[in-house]
Amino acid sequence: MRELALNVLDIAENSLSAGAKNIAIALRADFERDEMEICIRDDGCGMDAKMLARVTDPFTTTRTTRKVGMGLPLFKFSAESAGGDFSVKSEKGKGTEVCARYKISHIDRMPLGDFGGVVLQLITMNPGVDFLVKVECDGKKALLDTKEFRAVLEGIPLDAPQVRSFLRDYIQENLVTIYGGRL
Amino acid sequence: MKSLEELRALREKMKSQTDNRGVAGADETVIKVGMATCGIAAGARPVLDALLEEADKRHLHNVSISQTGCIGMCRLEPIVEIFKDGQKFTYVHMTAEKARKVMNDHVVNGNPCKEYLISEN
Repeated sequence: MRELALNVLDIAENSLSAGAKNIAIALRADFERDEMEICIRDDGCGMDAKMLARVTDPFTTTRTTRKVGMGLPLFKFSAESAGGDFSVKSEKGKGTEVCARYKISHIDRMPLGDFGGVVLQLITMNPGVDFLVKVECDGKKALLDTKEFRAVLEGIPLDAPQVRSFLRDYIQENLVTIYGGRL
Repeated sequence: MKSLEELRALREKMKSQTDNRGVAGADETVIKVGMATCGIAAGARPVLDALLEEADKRHLHNVSISQTGCIGMCRLEPIVEIFKDGQKFTYVHMTAEKARKVMNDHVVNGNPCKEYLISEN
């Protein structure tokens, strides 16, 4: 993984395979305090305390094709190698919350990458799931709620080409400009 | 700046246009891109973007593009599976460039790009 945005995509994919219907993604950055935080919260199946204790071990996975699962360990590593920390909270049947914090100026902090593109991919490729994306940077805030879009669209899918290209611009102009190339 | 107001206008415009997406039917081509940790790390996102872009550019109404989890052969990622004419084609080690070629040669013109298929790798 070369971009933090790809980690976001990967963790959100875990939420999707946990059967989540609502996924909230938050990106917060505070340049004055030199801190940034990425959180992904879902209402999927969650996990029990025993699984939670082992979940950042790369030799723990729920898939059956092989015995390694690198998603969470890589995300954890990205934070811990960049002067930050990492946490996973989960409750069986309720959902899971994964947060990673970074020191923005740390030399080993991966660039955020194409966060807008990842948001676009998530919201257009998952018709049955609602996303709430929050971006906060130095006091400026932006919010994207797919429930609002769906209410406006009255049945037209989010992945219809014209809607997709509207969403691409919407994300760029409303979310990405908030931190504008500085992360 | 783009707003929900603009989305409302777009909805009205789209509703007034005839939608010929419904006629896809049995000749539909299904494309799946592996998007688990292995796929993402190997560069599946640009591949998916390229496929969507080509489908959009060529107005391909009978093509459905979606993402899937780990296909099981992580070392061959990014993997693109194409279900066409009752057959399954597995393309491996894909790049955005290769994906565009597959879209043109195989999906549009019906000639599989043999050099990218799993059997050749």
